[in-house]
Amino acid sequence: MMAVAVEQRPEGKLKTDPRTLAALAVALVVTLWMASEIEMSIFMAIVLWAIIAVRTIFHENELVNRLTVVAFVVWAIALPFFHDEGAGFIEDATLALAYAVMALGLNIIVGFAGLLDLGYVAFYALGALTAGWFMSGFFVNAGGGEGVSLFVGEPASTLPGIHFNFLIVLIIAVCVTTIAGMLIGLPTLRLRGDYIAIVTLAFGEIVGRIVINGDQIIIGGEKLTNGRQGITPIDKIDLPFLEPFKSLDLRPWYFVALGLVVLVLFVNYRLRDSRLGRAWIALREDEVAAASMGVPLVKTKLLAYGTGAAFGGLSGVFLGSYLNTVNADQFQFSFSIFVLAMVILGGLGSIEGVMLGAVVLTFINFNFIPDVFNDYPSKIGLDFDLTELSFGIFGFLLVIMMVLRPEGLIPERRRKLELKEGIGVGDTELGTTETMFEAKA
Amino acid sequence: MTDTGAGTAPPVGDGQDGALLSARNVSKIFGGLVAVEDVTFEIPERSIVSIIGPNGAGKTTFFNMLTGLYKPSYGSISFAGRNITGRRPDRIMKDGMARTFQNIRLFGTMSAVENVMVGQHSRMGAGLFGSILRVPRVGREERAVTEKAHEVLSYVGIREEHHDTLSVNLSYGEQRRLEIARALASDPKLLLLDEPTAGMNPQESAELTDFMHKVRDERGLTILLIEHDMQVVMGVSERITVLDHGLKIAEGTPEQVRENPRVIEAYLGKQGAAEAEAGAAKRAQPGQPGQGSDGET
Repeated sequence: MMAVAVEQRPEGKLKTDPRTLAALAVALVVTLWMASEIEMSIFMAIVLWAIIAVRTIFHENELVNRLTVVAFVVWAIALPFFHDEGAGFIEDATLALAYAVMALGLNIIVGFAGLLDLGYVAFYALGALTAGWFMSGFFVNAGGGEGVSLFVGEPASTLPGIHFNFLIVLIIAVCVTTIAGMLIGLPTLRLRGDYIAIVTLAFGEIVGRIVINGDQIIIGGEKLTNGRQGITPIDKIDLPFLEPFKSLDLRPWYFVALGLVVLVLFVNYRLRDSRLGRAWIALREDEVAAASMGVPLVKTKLLAYGTGAAFGGLSGVFLGSYLNTVNADQFQFSFSIFVLAMVILGGLGSIEGVMLGAVVLTFINFNFIPDVFNDYPSKIGLDFDLTELSFGIFGFLLVIMMVLRPEGLIPERRRKLELKEGIGVGDTELGTTETMFEAKA
Repeated sequence: MTDTGAGTAPPVGDGQDGALLSARNVSKIFGGLVAVEDVTFEIPERSIVSIIGPNGAGKTTFFNMLTGLYKPSYGSISFAGRNITGRRPDRIMKDGMARTFQNIRLFGTMSAVENVMVGQHSRMGAGLFGSILRVPRVGREERAVTEKAHEVLSYVGIREEHHDTLSVNLSYGEQRRLEIARALASDPKLLLLDEPTAGMNPQESAELTDFMHKVRDERGLTILLIEHDMQVVMGVSERITVLDHGLKIAEGTPEQVRENPRVIEAYLGKQGAAEAEAGAAKRAQPGQPGQGSDGET
């Protein structure tokens, strides 16, 4: 009691820790160096640093916290206008946002509900395939060779194949992946922990194999996929009231990705603080107790799988169109691990953390390893490129994280407690119970 | 304490055909082990009933069958006029049977209030889309549920300033209370308490005994408990069922059970029982002080 009161008071009054200020100074230097390396606008980098600095220093103040969130959103919207239309930085930033959508989806399954999913790539694959089927010339015979189109503009509507509007394909993909998510959920219902991981891993592999061998699978005279060749080109996004997107102007793509992220963030926050979110966390904590408290296990788990999978589908459609190809090589096991690493690096269950994890890992993977550091080994006389080691580097990063900050970059309140203070507390309590009981008897 | 029990005894009397819960010839077999064998058992409405027995007698297994965590190998269970044999635990909870656990099973990383809100899960209607869009109905429901959670927490005696504390950080006694609050939040008809006083000191046990009477009288609940503390059992129960090696060996009022030689034998062993009897016959004080105090007193 006393301890609580004493602990809480002084922190609000305390001046900022000099170590925090030092860390912010270092962060500024690092930010500037990174910004120049990845060709990010120096001005925007400084603004970002300033937002983070203000939030770090005044994190006690609720008003400042809200203002920094607003500032951050404005910053994210303004970002592309400080770069060229086709800047490499915006290209990677768009990719990072699309991956963040997937990481946030996986976060619902792994972070909220505690169901370890090693086959998340399956949902990406299904989403991308939906784009491949309904936004390209893949089904050449559709509509008697004339093509079928729905709410799309000039170039696409006249071509053979099926050409649906991006938004319609998004909805189809959400339906397809939600059903797939529930299907993968079904066999895992009776399983726990590691066994769930194995089943989901197998599911990811199965979908990957089907995409690779899909050119041999003929249904009703049509191939299922184009196998390793990939389905290409995919229609550009064509939103109502806007010009069709071009591959050279990346800004619209960035905004669509940002919009998807905002949508997914919104859903994440709402669900986390809802009846369903509480049920997921209860499930993660103690399945037996959750069931005894009236949480229907099957329904709750399937909803976690379904919702998480739907986000994978959204991102898949976007990436299909953005990368302009749906290609079997994109859907490998390592991609599941890549997304899982984002979730773990950022902080399991922490929405902000997972966002950050996705952005950090995307830039490490597509920027720092291939562009910035790639020739470092050869500079010191070693005969290899860093890209060959990228997964080794991810593994190394994760090990470092597990040692230094196992709860993730921005830990979820609950996880932090679990890892720092040890939820094992319960066990020691039980120990004392036993002894007390013995003593009483 | 006993007075309160006796005072409200009359309405309990009509439980003859109004049994809230009844188990008929229930058995549970794990591989070769018969954990519970052919137990028939009834709980009248608005009564407080205890199950006692030595360690490993099958009490918790029996509990788990009632709450749906185990499916009985044989026999049937009916609750509030409905056959619930093999029904899912969350459905049984929804039917109005809530429980606590012998080894506390709270959701450790959730606050006290959140724990109680999970307890109300089955009484809520918010679905996936309603929660995402937070339609007015869902917002109202959230507010009502939060308010009720605070109310129930205060009712079981957890102070306001601890309501938002994570449940692992609560004291042991408060964790026990929180488990009861979580179960009560669903407005159950029947509350099952699995060794609620384990690890409590005599004063806390006495408080809990009073609390059980209070809950029964104010909320019209029926309570079934497993308990080792004989003082609590004798003080609070209107009826006691004794299990040993999975079999029901005795049933009756506390006085009847206290006198039953088979019960004494189960607790003290044949020799101990003989000695206890000899001791009683001699009217001398204790036959076996160390063990004797375990079962009786």
